[in-house]
Amino acid sequence: MGAEEGARVSNIFAEAWDWLGQPNRWSWSDPAGIPYRTVEHLSFSALSLVVAAALTIPPALWLAHYRRGAFLASSVINIGRAIPSFGLIILFWFLASRWDVNTDFWPLLIALVALALPPLFTNTYAGVISVDADAVDAARGTGYTERQIMFRMELPLALPVILAGARVAFLQLVATVAIGAIVNDGGGLGRYIVDGFAQGRAGYGEILAGGVAVIVLALLCEGIFSLITRWAVPKGLTVESAQQPQVL
Amino acid sequence: MGAIVLAESDRPLFEWRWVERNADNILQRLGEHLALTATALAIGLVVSVGLAVLSLRWRWFYPVALSTAGALYVIPSLGAFALLVPFFGLSFTTAVIPLATYTLLILLRNIVTGIQQVPADVREAAVGMGFTRARLLVSVELPLALPVVIAGLRVAAVTTIGLVTVTSMLGMGGLGFFIRQGIQTTTPNPTAIIVGIGLSIVLAVVVDFLLWLSERALAPWARKKVRA
Repeated sequence: MGAEEGARVSNIFAEAWDWLGQPNRWSWSDPAGIPYRTVEHLSFSALSLVVAAALTIPPALWLAHYRRGAFLASSVINIGRAIPSFGLIILFWFLASRWDVNTDFWPLLIALVALALPPLFTNTYAGVISVDADAVDAARGTGYTERQIMFRMELPLALPVILAGARVAFLQLVATVAIGAIVNDGGGLGRYIVDGFAQGRAGYGEILAGGVAVIVLALLCEGIFSLITRWAVPKGLTVESAQQPQVL
Repeated sequence: MGAIVLAESDRPLFEWRWVERNADNILQRLGEHLALTATALAIGLVVSVGLAVLSLRWRWFYPVALSTAGALYVIPSLGAFALLVPFFGLSFTTAVIPLATYTLLILLRNIVTGIQQVPADVREAAVGMGFTRARLLVSVELPLALPVVIAGLRVAAVTTIGLVTVTSMLGMGGLGFFIRQGIQTTTPNPTAIIVGIGLSIVLAVVVDFLLWLSERALAPWARKKVRA
């Protein structure tokens, strides 16, 4: 790296630093503020995760309990991987704009929910399947109804695997909300990256700062999720859960 | 700020005429998409094999390498590109570095697991025949680990093909070019969006199938029992 190159690079850091010091950058209520965009980013990701969980966990629990749809469970994750999230957002955005639906909210939400479905479904299914069959039989023998077995045994025992799926899904959502900034006025922290790209060289400081913000957010979410996993897993299951299959 | 305002568009959802007119461009973008995918996978594979060799030599190194790869995997793609653009510009390098790092977690894990699964007596037999450590790795351990390695490669390839569409935000072409083009022309063109998404999915499925075929050809002794 020559002296000139070195100067250029340190300029970019200085630009990013200046960008962080701009007025309203730390505001919770101004769209220019990083806290404002962070809240927006997280609420979009969390809402999509909740909707996706409500749509997948009950049917996956039911299908796994009655040992149906095994082929579906194994293929859904592969199909999910092949779908380009970027394309899905733009396709839904196009359809929403054609049908006069609010393009700031629905297209991104539907695309995000669709992306979160495969890991949640597959992991719920795999988690329930891996519950000890003898324990289930024992519960049945003591007079548990099938419904009670599903909600009081299989669901809690499958929780570590379900949470692992939720973690994968949530991180994918955090990544995809940022991409959503390309079609959406919001787009959370991705807003800065997309706006920076639009300015070309002049936007490099903003791009760098926005990129760091998105990465920090993702790493924090990962950390928080591993804490949640530790708290939420039933006692006595934590040791075993390390060996549970994790679907990436 | 930044949002795209649509002109009225009554174009039909899919126009074959557009596809015919743009056949050359579609082929070119398909080639770009494949080139990015192949480069990222090749770099990822070389780095993972290196890390796997170190992991097998020093036991403490594996958890360190694996958690580093895990942390890199967590980084959102757009964030990773944004981090590199100020330094490498809108370039192939900027696109390929994150794509390659995303493959590390799955490839490293599968290579190490695959090699650890090689039966001890097979290894002992090779050592007894005078195989050096390097030769043991190249001509016994890696071939026997091949089904598990290819299983990882399939996941990595399919994921990468999907992610390459995002690199069109860097002006990197690939099939994502059409996805962007669909909303950037004055009247939005749904055909371009659908062609971009559709071909990306088809490409992922075809590459996945070809890798599966290559596994059957290269490791005919292991026709069953490999999980992806």
